[in-house]
Formats: sequence, structure tokens, C-alpha cells
Amino acid sequence: MIYLDNSATTRPLPEVLDSFQKAADQYYANPSSVHSFGSEAERLLERSRKQASSLLQVDPQEVVFTSGGTEGNNMAVKGIAFQHQTRGKHLITSRIEHPSVIQAFGALESLGFEVTYINVNKDGKVNLEELKGALREDTTLVSIMSVNNELGTLQPIKEIGQILKDYPKIFFHVDHVQGIGKIDLPIKDWGIDLCTISGHKIHGLKGTGALVVQKYVSLFPLLHGGSQESEVRAGTENLPGTVAFVKALRLLHEDQIGKSDHLRTLRHLLWTSLKKRSYCQINSPKDGAPHIVNFSIPGYKPEVVIHSLGEKGIFISTKSACSSKQPDVSTVLKACNLDHDLTTSALRVSMSYQNNEKEIEKFLEILDTTVEKLQQTMG
Amino acid sequence: MNFDRIMIRYGEMALKGKNKKAFEQKLQSNIARMLRKHPETTIQKTQGRMFVHLNGEDPHEVMQKCQNVFGIHSLSFTVKVEKEEEQMKEAVLLAFNEANDAKSFKISSKRTDKTFPIPSQEMNPILGGHILRNTENVKVDVHNPDVEIKVEVRHEGTYVTAQDYPGGGGLPVGTTGKSLLMLSGGIDSPVSGYLTMKRGVEIDAVHFHSPPYTSERAKQKVIDLAQELAKYGSKINIHVIPFTGIQQKIHREMPEGYSMTIMRRMMMRISEKVASKENILSLTTGESLGQVASQTMESMNTINEVTNYPIVRPLVSMDKLEIIDIARKIGTYDISIRPFEDCCTVFVPKAPKTKPNREKANYYESNADFTQDIEDALEESYVIEVTADHVKTNQQKDDEFSDLL
Repeated sequence: MIYLDNSATTRPLPEVLDSFQKAADQYYANPSSVHSFGSEAERLLERSRKQASSLLQVDPQEVVFTSGGTEGNNMAVKGIAFQHQTRGKHLITSRIEHPSVIQAFGALESLGFEVTYINVNKDGKVNLEELKGALREDTTLVSIMSVNNELGTLQPIKEIGQILKDYPKIFFHVDHVQGIGKIDLPIKDWGIDLCTISGHKIHGLKGTGALVVQKYVSLFPLLHGGSQESEVRAGTENLPGTVAFVKALRLLHEDQIGKSDHLRTLRHLLWTSLKKRSYCQINSPKDGAPHIVNFSIPGYKPEVVIHSLGEKGIFISTKSACSSKQPDVSTVLKACNLDHDLTTSALRVSMSYQNNEKEIEKFLEILDTTVEKLQQTMG
Repeated sequence: MNFDRIMIRYGEMALKGKNKKAFEQKLQSNIARMLRKHPETTIQKTQGRMFVHLNGEDPHEVMQKCQNVFGIHSLSFTVKVEKEEEQMKEAVLLAFNEANDAKSFKISSKRTDKTFPIPSQEMNPILGGHILRNTENVKVDVHNPDVEIKVEVRHEGTYVTAQDYPGGGGLPVGTTGKSLLMLSGGIDSPVSGYLTMKRGVEIDAVHFHSPPYTSERAKQKVIDLAQELAKYGSKINIHVIPFTGIQQKIHREMPEGYSMTIMRRMMMRISEKVASKENILSLTTGESLGQVASQTMESMNTINEVTNYPIVRPLVSMDKLEIIDIARKIGTYDISIRPFEDCCTVFVPKAPKTKPNREKANYYESNADFTQDIEDALEESYVIEVTADHVKTNQQKDDEFSDLL
């Protein structure tokens, strides 16, 4: 099997599973319980928070453990909108955000908020001039992802943070779910107020993640019912999940230092090889994130290609997994103003540190034969 | 034939009314913890009683461990047999033999199941006769027997209960809160901890460590003592407070006569802070009135001034010999007499004031500020976790966490 759908989810590392199992078995007490077993669990939770905070270079109290990216994004977007609505009801995001951001904004619109959607260029980059022009006195939030999940486009986060320095009342949220471990994002230096990350994209477990919330930011909680996680997320803490997540974060950090070139090498190989093939056209920007390559095979439905590859044990995806059940056009690619035959035939290869060159070569080889076969039957 | 269960009777707990259920649950979990190394045993709760089913585990080892559990008034071996005369005879003989030196006995039969053909009064001589025939120099004494054997014929079978063994008494540990025991390494403080635990109190310990004046062996002594105490309760966290700096400052800056009094006041202040941080509501000491200079009425008054936490002093009116008796019984005496200096013996002035007063203590203390020293000591303190089976330091615990993360 060759797994090239790592932006949808990754395979949990054995060390991570081991930590989960041990934490669930040995520290099953409720961290909020007063007894000593509970306080031990609490200590483990706080140790996890400390480690996560040092890896993310923020303060421990700024790490809120969540159930993953969707929760983190909802918590940030709705939390800021509701908490600061007396000051203003205007919000800004881009047209190519993840559904957990876009749909949260959609829900806020139906509740009377006003949302400005910033356009992107052909590469999927947000238009900074348009963003500048959209900022208003009653704007409370700007939410932009660091790496686009379909194209791998890197957004100019540093520049946006710079622009927003002149607007101290506007909060800046970054959906960093695809970026964590792949690109650097100095949260404090770049003026980011809230930052979402997820465990299962970094070889951790599904249902784990964190939202970084800077100390001075107050949020309206999505979940009420207890004083856990600084009262912004009630509910018994998922201690084993959190422990596993933080372990994955550490291992990723070590991997990132040791193997960041590895991913770039893989991407370069994939990129140059696809470029040579006349049947496909690459949609991802050349300077995108090192793990995602989006390309189209015009004239062929992506689902057909995916299933044909799947039969040979190769797993790639169409758009993002979160929207891939919807037919036809990719809204992200459409927002980039790509031609219709490209937006309806896009495929995504997403890699992890675990992939190697042999796998990429094998994938290309099988892709060729698959396309050839499809040409014979459908062409 | 062998005993297949141990019957447990509650002490004071039976009087707890609405809270009885919580007490029973605590007792059950305490027994279960004590029997962790006997994995086959199971505990069954019935109306007003508890049964430990042995399921093949060694009856005497299990009995011995259960006897240490507080909240139990008495225990007896029990065997369940068929409602059949021969089996019942064999069971009563087993029960009699269990009481080694007994020379007289009495059988008390009860027949709940009235379909059983032999009435209670006729059963006593039948079963008693079997014992008499199989022993020598033994007689029946219905008024003052060495051992009373109870036989209960119920619908599901017949229960034969042997002699009573005393339980730990008191209340199940964990039912009456937590106290911070000031554990020095001497004979008294562990006994004090034991008696406090007997009243259902869980304990943490605070220990003042003064390297290089006191050695690692002195600390080991305290760990060993805590481990003995853990056999009667649950785990004990020892908060080890580095005390050298404060002792040196007292020695340097306080008048010699008051140094002991002031040292004790510092210990009180620090202990109160530890307690408050750990949500513990009282302190426990091994003080016994009149024993040494720090334990006169005047000293206690002056030392006690610095805390308004309740101080539990179970030994306050006991004689040294009574205390030693208990220390021997609970297994701490031999550890306590190991000859290592502890923080209470190392800086003893030649002539400590036996009648200090609060005004003077306050006056002397006002000449030097100890606030930062106390903060530092707390900052540098660490916890050693002690259970009956193992000792774990904070560092080891952290290493365990590091493996996970």
C-alpha cells in the first residue's frame, strides 16, 4: 500500500499509540477530581500543556486542548464573534478556507454578522490590498489559514500580521492545521492571536488538538459546563488523547528538524515528474507547502482515477476529505479562477515524512498505466 | 476442608446512619487495596457485614492483612458447607482447631431454614460431641468458653464461623479527611500518624531535611517509616523540605535559648503552607506533654501561635512506654531507633527555654526576616510517594511522564 492522503489524516505512530494506551490505563482518574489520583492526572495534563507550549513557543496557559481542527476553528471564529459583538459584527476571512471556518462564518451571517470574503489569485493567495481595504472600525476578526488544504498554498501570514498591528482591536486567527510541522509559524512574532492545530494530521490520534489563545484574548465558550481549560472548553479532559497528541507534536518537531529536506525532495521529484506528463496539469503553486501537490487530469472524473489507483493499493484524494463527498467542482479551485475542466478533475497527493522516493516513483508509474487504460476505455 | 471466606464485622461505622454506605464503600476499597497481592480474593457486601472470599488464597495471610485495616471491629474464618450432618461436623472441628490453645468451647446453632430436620437445640450436642470425640482434654463451657463456634443453617447452605480475631478498629482511612503529619524519624511521630489514621484520616507527611547535618540515611529512615504506615492506609506523600538554610540563620541570628522554639515555629509555618497548598485542613504532630523542652505547656502555646490550623496530637497524654508499645506493635520502633541525626536533634541548644513566651519569640523573630527563606524552602521542596510496595520520587514520576510525552 502506498498512502498519499496525509492531508486527510495520518497514520498514528506506534509510540503515540503506546502513550495513549499507557495514559488511559495508568492515569484514568478525572484530572478535576480532588483525590490524589486525580491530582496526578492533572499533573500529567499540565506537563503535557507545558511541553506543547514550549514546542509551540507560547505560554502554557495559552494552550487550550480541543477535539481537533474543526473544534479549534469553530471555537476561535464563533468565540471571538460572540464575545466581542457589542463592539462590532464585521468579520473577515478568505474564499478558500476550510469548511469548518467557512461554514462557521456562514452560520454567523445567518445570526446577523457581516462577513467579507477576500478573493485569492490563481495560486490561491489572498489579495492583501483587498484585505487592507476591508478592515473597518467594527471588524473584530480576521481568519486566514496558513496552508491551504487542497492546493498547499502558503498564505502571507506574516504580512497580514504586520497589517493588523495597526488595528490592535482586531483579532487574528490562523487555521494552521495543514501547516503544523511543515512550515514555521512564529505565533508571537507574527502577531497571531489564535491558532488552530490538530493531532491526527501529525501522526497523532483523531479527536485531539489544540487552539492557542493568547493570554489577553477572551473567548465566548462553545461548551459550557465546567471550569476545564481555563473555562473556555468545559468537559472532562481527554487526557490520554492529549498525552498522545503532545507526544506526536514532539516527535514531529524532532522529525521536522531532521527531515524537512526530505519532504521537499519528495515534492520536487513529484512536481518535476508530473510536469513532464502531458495528460496532467499542476494546480499547486510552485512555492507551496512541501507536502501537497494538486493536479488535474482534464477530461477524467477524479473519482474514477482515485478508484482505479485504489485497486492498485495507492491512496490519494480529490479535494479535501471534508468536502470530497460533494460532487463536481472544487470551490477552492473555482475561487482561484481556474478553468472549469481543471476544477472538476483535480486530484491531491499529500505526503508525510514517512513516505519515500520509491513510493513516489511507483505512484507515477501506476498513474501512467491507469491513465493509459482509462484513455483506452473512455477516451 | 478449608475455610473459604472471612467474615468482617464493622466497628463504630455501624453507627454512621446515612453516611454508612460511604463508609462501607471506603472500607471495601481499602480492603481490596490491602489484598492487591491476592488477586483471587473477592469482597462481598451484605447487610451489615462483609465477606472476603478466599477463592484458594492463603487464609492466614489474607486474615493478617485484613486485621491491619481500620474500620473493622472483628473478623472470623467462615466455611460454607452443605446442609448435611457429616460436613457440618467436619466444619466445626476445623473451626475449633483454628483456635490453637482453646481448652473449652461452645456451639451456638441457629436454624433459619426450618425445613432442615434437626432443631437447633439438638444440633449443639451432635456437633459438640464430634469435637469432644476428636480431641483430648477439651470440654464444653457454655458460660465462659475459650472459643464460640457459630453454626447457621440457611436456605443456601450452612455457615460455620470460627473464633473472632480483633480488627484494626477505628474508621476506614479516607472517611474523615486528610492531615499533614510532621514526621521526624523519631519514635513518636509515626505512632501519632498511625493513631490519626485509625480515626479514618488519610495522611501526607512533611519532613525537614538538613543536609549535610542530616544524612540521606535519615531521609531513608523517614521513607521506611512512611512505608510501614502505608500498610495501614493508602499511599503517603512525603513533602521533603530542605531546612538547612533556615536552621543556619536561626543559629546565627536568634538567641540560643529561643532557637529551638523559633525553629519549631518555622516548621509550623512551612507545614501550614504545604497543607494549604495540598488542600489539607490540619496538622498532626507526635507531641507528648512534658516529654522534652518543646513539649511543655508554655512551648506548645508559643509554637502554636504561628498557625491557626487545628493540630492533632494523639500522643499528648501518653507515657513514653505506651508510645513505645504501639511503635513495636505497628513495626516502626526498630526503624525509629536507627541512630541517625534528624533535624530535631542536630541543632539542639545546650539549654533550650522550657518556658518560652509568645512576646519574646515575636520580638526575636522581628529582628530577622524569614519570609524569603520560607518561600525558598517551599520552592525547593519535593515529594516522595510511598506505598506499602514501592517508593517513588517526584523525579521518577516525572520520568514516567516524560516517557509518555
